[in-house]
Amino acid sequence: MKRTSEKIIEIILAFCGLVTVLTTLGIIWVLVSESWGFFAVVPINEFLFDSEWTPLFTQKRYGILPLLSGTFLTTAIAILTAVPLGIIIAVYLSEYANRDFRKVIKPALEILAAVPTVVYGFFALTVVTPFLQTFIPGLGSFNALSAGLVMGIMIIPVISSLSEDALYAVPKSLREASYGMGATKFQTSFKVVVPAASSGIMVSIILGIARAVGETMVVAIAAGQQPNLTFDPREAVETITAYIVQVSLGDVQHGSIEYKTIFAAGITLFLFTFLLNNVSFWLKKKYQEKYE
Amino acid sequence: MSSIRTNRLIDSIFKYVGIACTLIGIIVLAIFLGDILLEGIERIDWDFLTNLPSRRAEKAGILTAWTGTAWILALTAIIAIPLGICAGIYLQEYGTKNRLAYLIELNIANLAGVPSIIYGLLGLQIFVRTFQFGGSLLAGAFTLALLILPIIIVATREALKAVPNSLREASYGMGATKWQTIWYQILPAASGGVLTGIILALSRAVGETAPLIVIGALAYVPFVADNPMDEFTVLPIQIFNWVSRPQEAFLVNAAAAIIILLAITFVMNGIAVYLRNRWQKKISW
Repeated sequence: MKRTSEKIIEIILAFCGLVTVLTTLGIIWVLVSESWGFFAVVPINEFLFDSEWTPLFTQKRYGILPLLSGTFLTTAIAILTAVPLGIIIAVYLSEYANRDFRKVIKPALEILAAVPTVVYGFFALTVVTPFLQTFIPGLGSFNALSAGLVMGIMIIPVISSLSEDALYAVPKSLREASYGMGATKFQTSFKVVVPAASSGIMVSIILGIARAVGETMVVAIAAGQQPNLTFDPREAVETITAYIVQVSLGDVQHGSIEYKTIFAAGITLFLFTFLLNNVSFWLKKKYQEKYE
Repeated sequence: MSSIRTNRLIDSIFKYVGIACTLIGIIVLAIFLGDILLEGIERIDWDFLTNLPSRRAEKAGILTAWTGTAWILALTAIIAIPLGICAGIYLQEYGTKNRLAYLIELNIANLAGVPSIIYGLLGLQIFVRTFQFGGSLLAGAFTLALLILPIIIVATREALKAVPNSLREASYGMGATKWQTIWYQILPAASGGVLTGIILALSRAVGETAPLIVIGALAYVPFVADNPMDEFTVLPIQIFNWVSRPQEAFLVNAAAAIIILLAITFVMNGIAVYLRNRWQKKISW
């Protein structure tokens, strides 16, 4: 009697775990089946190589490139902001700072990660853009620069905390050997410890990129909503995620080609983040083997 | 000789560069919070909290938005907490070596990296269309529950992992079954960590905007939801809507609503941090 009830409990618990697998299968199924309908109408060549994305206009073109360039541009700006800052913070906290300073600063950095993204969007639009406009002529009220910068601030904690863990895991003996050779703390940090932790730092950067690629509200609010094939950070751009939001806000018929475009855009986004995540797993595995 | 001096100089300069960089993010955050407080604090009064949305900025309130957020929070918790804890128990206590557990684990790591807007597309097709929930609270809660499930599972596992094996062995030694051991010994011992994870996950759900926009939550809902099948809006969507309007008066409304949203988020995070510290102090195994 006891044994059957134990077995039943185990099955129920396993089923709860399976819900997560069903979620993944659900995501893949939804994205594939709906974009199947899209690619039945739009040839994949046009999707990949056409330079215009205008599914909501009467003259419809379905080239994903403008959305990709928008996503790439805002992500690049965010990463260029967050990586140097994040790595310097990580090195400082792990190699230089004393315990008390760390104890105060780390929770404060965590707050940056806890603020809802719609709030960062408001910040980018109402504070950062007007500030940048005072010294960058020709900066529109929607632009990739401001959205990217704010997104960069937002992902600093992702990069700094994961990089710090990686630096922390470097054995003390390496540092001592370097000091023994007469190196300064700075030389030891950047020529010994950072290279030794490089795969862990790479993981943090890749996860930061994945975060930026999938980020929605900041770009939907501050970067604009017009597809624009450009690499000029002063212009308004539309990312893949902002396009999905734009369509969702409008009144689009279920089953129409406009409706299906958001799944085609979604599967493109999913493939990118999936790839980035798996590269990070692979790196993480390699790096764990090295020091354990 | 001079190269040694240069190296020492670089070293001491970096100390200040390090402090400066560490503080940049925090200073930016402080400027930003100050700016929002200045802009929005005067707008917050009883009417703002109890008024329905309106086309006129000075009459508009956030009643439907915060009640929607409260509904979503409660429903998401009801769905996600049992699922997440059970899955965490399964992975940590039962399936340490079998294939199913390995598959689930790999899958959770992958899900944690899926952008939230993709969950919106999943919710739109599965809950809104296939299950025919429409753009209701229930559809929103299911979508967000799936989104935060990985966080709860990972937190549960970490908390269970911290419970020492001696506790399990003592319980088995008394003749308890596996489930009795988990239910009466392990889970209570791990409750602090589990609770911390749940609160952090729910605070994430409170701030989510994109997936709810995708499943069709509306910006303009002229009534307070009274059952899970009602249409709804939440604070972040109301803020997004106000931010997207050109009139200055709506930006003030947005700032005021942001103060409320941040207050909720920070209180939840504060409780989580408090619980984590207390729990870490209490156990000394």
